[in-house]
Amino acid sequence: MVARKTIVRYATACLLVCCFVFSGQQSFAQRDAVPTDEAIIAEGEKLFNEYQCNSCHNVVGKKVGPALAGVYDRRDLDWIYSWVKNSQAMIAAGDPQATALWNEYKPSAMTPYDLENDQILAIMAYVRNVEENPPADKNTVTGGGEEGPAGGSGVPESYLNIIVAALIVVLVLILIVLAIIIGVLKKYLQDKENISEEDKEIVNEKFSLVAFVKSPTVIGIVTFLVIALAAKNVIDGLYTIGVQQGYAPKQPIAFSHKLHAGEYEIACQYCHTGVEIGKSANIPSVNICMNCHSSIKTDSPEIQKLYAAQESGEPIEWVRIHNLPDLAYFNHSQHVKVGGVECQTCHGEIQEMEVVKQHAPLTMGWCIDCHRNTSLNTQGNGYYDRLVELHNQNSATPMNVADIGGLECAKCHY
Amino acid sequence: MKENQKTYWKGIEQLTNDAEFVKKNESEFPEYLPISEQGGETNNRRDFLKLMGFGVAAATLAACEAPVRKAIPYLNKPVDVDPSVPNYYASTYVNGGDAVSVVVKTREGRPIKVEGNKYSTITKGGTNAQVEASVLSLYDKERLTNPLKEGAEIDWETLDREVTAKLADIAAKGGQIRIVSNTVLSPTTKKAVAEFVAKYPTAQHVSYDPVSAYGITEGNKRSFGEAMIPSYDFSKAKTIVSVGADFLGTWISPIEFSKQYAQTRKINEHHREMSRHYQFESNLSLTGANADYRTPIKPSQVGPLVAAMYNAIAAKAGQPKVSGGSVSADHLNAAANELWANRGQSLLVCGSNDPAVQVLVNGINSMLGNYGTTINANAPVHYRQGDDMAMANLAKDLNAGRIAGLIFFNCNPLYNSAEASALAAGVAKATLTVSTSDRLDETASAVQYVAPDHHYLEQWNDAELRSGYISLTQPTISPLFKTRQAPESFLKWAGQDVEYYTYLQNNWRETYFAKQSDISNFQMFWDKALYDGVVDFGTTAKNLNYDFAAAATAATSIGQNYKSAGSGLELALYEKIGIGDGSLANNPWLQEMPDPVTKATWDNYLTISIAQANELGIEMKEGETQLVSLTVGGSTIEVPALVQPGQAEGTVGLAIGYGRTKAGRVANGVGVNAYPFITKLNGANTMDVLAGVSVAATGKPYRIAQTQTHQTYMGRENVIQESVLTEYKKDTKAGRVYPKIYKDGKYYKPSKITLWSGHEYNNHHWGMTIDMNSCTGCSACTVACQAENNIPVVGKEEVLNRREMAWIRIDRYYSAANPAGNKKELEQAAANPEVTFQPMMCQHCNNAPCETVCPVAATTHSTEGLNQMTYNRCIGTRYCANNCPYKVRRFNWFKYHDNTQFDKNSSMNNDLGKMVLNPDVTVRARGVMEKCSMCVQRIQAGKLAAKREGRRPVDGEINTACASACPSDAITFGDLNDPNSKISQLLQIEEKKEGEKVTERVVNEDRAYHVLEELNVNPNVWYMTKIRNKDKETTEA
Repeated sequence: MVARKTIVRYATACLLVCCFVFSGQQSFAQRDAVPTDEAIIAEGEKLFNEYQCNSCHNVVGKKVGPALAGVYDRRDLDWIYSWVKNSQAMIAAGDPQATALWNEYKPSAMTPYDLENDQILAIMAYVRNVEENPPADKNTVTGGGEEGPAGGSGVPESYLNIIVAALIVVLVLILIVLAIIIGVLKKYLQDKENISEEDKEIVNEKFSLVAFVKSPTVIGIVTFLVIALAAKNVIDGLYTIGVQQGYAPKQPIAFSHKLHAGEYEIACQYCHTGVEIGKSANIPSVNICMNCHSSIKTDSPEIQKLYAAQESGEPIEWVRIHNLPDLAYFNHSQHVKVGGVECQTCHGEIQEMEVVKQHAPLTMGWCIDCHRNTSLNTQGNGYYDRLVELHNQNSATPMNVADIGGLECAKCHY
Repeated sequence: MKENQKTYWKGIEQLTNDAEFVKKNESEFPEYLPISEQGGETNNRRDFLKLMGFGVAAATLAACEAPVRKAIPYLNKPVDVDPSVPNYYASTYVNGGDAVSVVVKTREGRPIKVEGNKYSTITKGGTNAQVEASVLSLYDKERLTNPLKEGAEIDWETLDREVTAKLADIAAKGGQIRIVSNTVLSPTTKKAVAEFVAKYPTAQHVSYDPVSAYGITEGNKRSFGEAMIPSYDFSKAKTIVSVGADFLGTWISPIEFSKQYAQTRKINEHHREMSRHYQFESNLSLTGANADYRTPIKPSQVGPLVAAMYNAIAAKAGQPKVSGGSVSADHLNAAANELWANRGQSLLVCGSNDPAVQVLVNGINSMLGNYGTTINANAPVHYRQGDDMAMANLAKDLNAGRIAGLIFFNCNPLYNSAEASALAAGVAKATLTVSTSDRLDETASAVQYVAPDHHYLEQWNDAELRSGYISLTQPTISPLFKTRQAPESFLKWAGQDVEYYTYLQNNWRETYFAKQSDISNFQMFWDKALYDGVVDFGTTAKNLNYDFAAAATAATSIGQNYKSAGSGLELALYEKIGIGDGSLANNPWLQEMPDPVTKATWDNYLTISIAQANELGIEMKEGETQLVSLTVGGSTIEVPALVQPGQAEGTVGLAIGYGRTKAGRVANGVGVNAYPFITKLNGANTMDVLAGVSVAATGKPYRIAQTQTHQTYMGRENVIQESVLTEYKKDTKAGRVYPKIYKDGKYYKPSKITLWSGHEYNNHHWGMTIDMNSCTGCSACTVACQAENNIPVVGKEEVLNRREMAWIRIDRYYSAANPAGNKKELEQAAANPEVTFQPMMCQHCNNAPCETVCPVAATTHSTEGLNQMTYNRCIGTRYCANNCPYKVRRFNWFKYHDNTQFDKNSSMNNDLGKMVLNPDVTVRARGVMEKCSMCVQRIQAGKLAAKREGRRPVDGEINTACASACPSDAITFGDLNDPNSKISQLLQIEEKKEGEKVTERVVNEDRAYHVLEELNVNPNVWYMTKIRNKDKETTEA
């Protein structure tokens, strides 16, 4: 048994050496072995995202790990399979290519994945597709948002503006007409001879600005307007108490979402692990940072803070940006996993933010607006089947959150 | 269908129709309520304006700068802990000689709720109040945080060094060492103790139990030659006779028995049979309250009554009679006849701790052929194996100076043993005294060294509840303090430096892994055992033969010991459902849990019969009573008297577990200590004092905080609908009352005349049924609700002010056929009334009266049938509470959290206690209304779990805290829209359809009714009629 194993091992080694030597000739044969079938590419893309390969690899260009483009030219397929499944074993076995890779990228190790050969091949098909048909626009690669955030309220603002403008025009016209009528009437009375004293007074009355300003009516109106405006401001101000929209505090570590989520396209869920399973999205613990930063930018002072935390055993105290009051219950998994809401819908263009700021007001009105206007993501979710059926019997509009009780108090307050 | 003619009353004052009581009940609260506790000066309008102005200014200023809040993630997140996602671990609740297999819910590594383990073949997912409350004891501020020497903190190394040195010294001189404990259920701990004994050969392990079952083990030894407590199966019994055994409340394994008992009380139109239960007892116990026929007897009649029963059965079985047994008691012959008629399917249990009585009980069960059916002597249970004789000897030896080393292992005998005073006197005579108590209790404060043990939620352990049935304990939190597991301490002192976890695993590898052959890998075996929490190896059958010679000896002994029958006053000590033996007394949830029968909180008291109250001149109104002086064998204490209907004439009852002096802030000074009244009978501790008892009135007023009369139905009928089995067999509508509303010369069903247009429930329609036939009133639901929903404890004063906060209460009604006009009739009515328990919580009315009166729409109806209470919207007008016909709404009169005035509300008033709060439920502020939400947080979580998996929720997946705690499965919660749900089937819901669409759901179960149906508030909670297994519908007083 042992002997046989050794023979197999030697044979494999020889084969690998041959592969290495003749890699030039084999390159096209290898590339051709990667399928170009649409379905397989789609499957590969799914896997690529699901297993978050892009956390460490770009198709073109180095990241934490090497670029994936052309890997099928550089390496033997079987080598790739076993590398993906367990790279450390290969290094331990002394595989020369593996060792070379390890020396180049250590201490970052390729995470072992429990993937089938077909699946790995599919991922390569996707990589080949991206390499051979580079996307015109970067955004299309990431998949972007299938559906943007919900639209505005029922009546667009521009309509309101037009209505207001029209009203003002009408008012001005009425004023002009009135002025003309007064002028005409005055003239008529002046021309008349036998008018009473009273009427004369009116006709000859001179407009006095001082008297006008001092008149109780004007004072009354002005006072009312001032009080009303002040009250409005106070009330508006009171409404903003506790609303921290735009809040962007300085964090203990100058972490840039723009770099990680934007430039490197690391999936949000890679760090925010709770977003699909629980109430909290979770701020990543240091061990998650260390997946990459045990080897990347190790001498940056910001990264050093991670090591210091690791060393001292003291967790990092991030400043909480999104503060919901304790009386409101919000669950990330309901919105992200079930509802399919994009992170950006509530958190804004987080991939553009150097320093994270609170994008939404997080007021109840804001929650309710969205619940009123968002149609439910019910596709393929058995929970909603009967509800959709019942809804469609009575309504022509798509079922939104409010239709199934999404505005009820005890959905968020208990 | 027959109209129910009984009189129902909640307390004596209601029965007598006391004028003051009637007046008080017209208002929600008894009198002017003092809100301003400090000073008492009245606030005027100016003060209000000043405060108002300041408040607005302060709020505005404060709002200018929002506080900076931190979000602190784990440094290294444990793989299986996700913030906000609960984890569940199977474990075992252990307290003294009691143990229950449980599942512990943890959030972010903190245990917050204990539920029953459904894989347990013993408790089958049931719990009781103590198990539910035990999680709060973990976060008790009074727990020791460090080992102690003479009251000063030391470290473990020093303690180990000094204790080991002293032990070695004692051993070298040949001095005696004793380990004192309650019953130890853990086989691995027993092994560790054995290793300690092997190291110090003069050591002996003595175990006792505060409430002893020594009489049973000893009785079995005399009957069968084996000292054990068999396991019982009430579910197979058609006739159940209990002589003083409170098997549904406190006796041996009450959760297990409640499950079994409830099975025999479930009836429906296809199954119109149920067990018949006779109870003979002195105090009105929970079990007695559930009995079909209850006979009050004096403790001195227990022995003769069992002897009489023995003779009655022996006559039928053709066995020789024994001496004694000249006693007459109602239902005695009927019980004996039925036991015999159902032999092999009957069961006689007795709570007496007299071995002689237990020998006769065994004889009766043997003659009835119950061994092998309702009693399994081959699978003995391991609870309460304490040896009263050994304990008495220990006290003697200690005082004689014969004991050099004394280790109190998780027990408190200076408080809760019959030898408390003797031990207290002798403890200083030992050269080494150690306690492993978790707090500086009565015992720990009298010893040299305290080596505090972990709480059960912090430790690894096992417990053999029944032969072959082992339940594992796994830690659900890392130890909060510098405590160490007691068996690990024993191993350390025995010179073994081994972690107890390793020791436990090794023992399991050697003992249990070897016992089975299903799993070949130990790790897999261990993992499965941990996941399930329980392993049941079963037992092998043994041949046990009853020794009839023992019966004759026992009868002679009974003849000698129960002579005083019939003469003087007798005292029957008992355990309360909540506080039990007093070991959990510092748990405010248990202190405030109303006793199911007396409805009293925060006290123990002398239960006296109404005849005796009249004799003493005590009239009890609204908890206002008198202190009486109780003299037992020369010692006298003052204790409040509570008039208890059903109390046997010539007896008084007193609960143990109170009068703690060193349990902690909550328990100290609550009630009186009744342990000193425990005496010996036939070598065993007895809770019955047969002679030398006298009671005298003192005239000193006292108030007991009872909740029973706080909410009244103003004499409305239909609240309790009940009948007897013979009637039910004829007509499944027996006992039902169908109110009719008169309109325009005709009578209509209330639901036919309505202003309401009804609700449409497309998604779910949550509902609940409560089977009053299986509800035993045990109150596990009350405490479960308190733990789940962050319900504050308000303390005795506030309970007296009728401001208790429980969302689910158990209403206890007494009833008797005879009306109570004058004192004589009252005495008759209250001599032995029937008892009905009715759990009452928000009924989630579809036509809710509370919703329409709220001026700010803080209480609204959901599309799933729930009546929602929105705290942040509530402004506290309390209109809703006024308009609620069920009186289930609770108002936050005070801020109960972070308030030193409510420091007994320990789950909200210190950082440690707050760890028990359910993070998914708001802690309510002062000035808002609250009530049962039907555990909406659980409903939401269950729905979300289903949605994430793209399916509908499965029935049973979403359950309320009360329903899942219920040991008798009386509460069923579910979706009425799901035709396959258990609740739909219980209610026999019939869907009326128009085409595809369901237009109406009709409840076809005849027993199901709505409380106060005539109001047509159309609740989503149904009650099932109470059916008693009686022959005719009257009470024989």
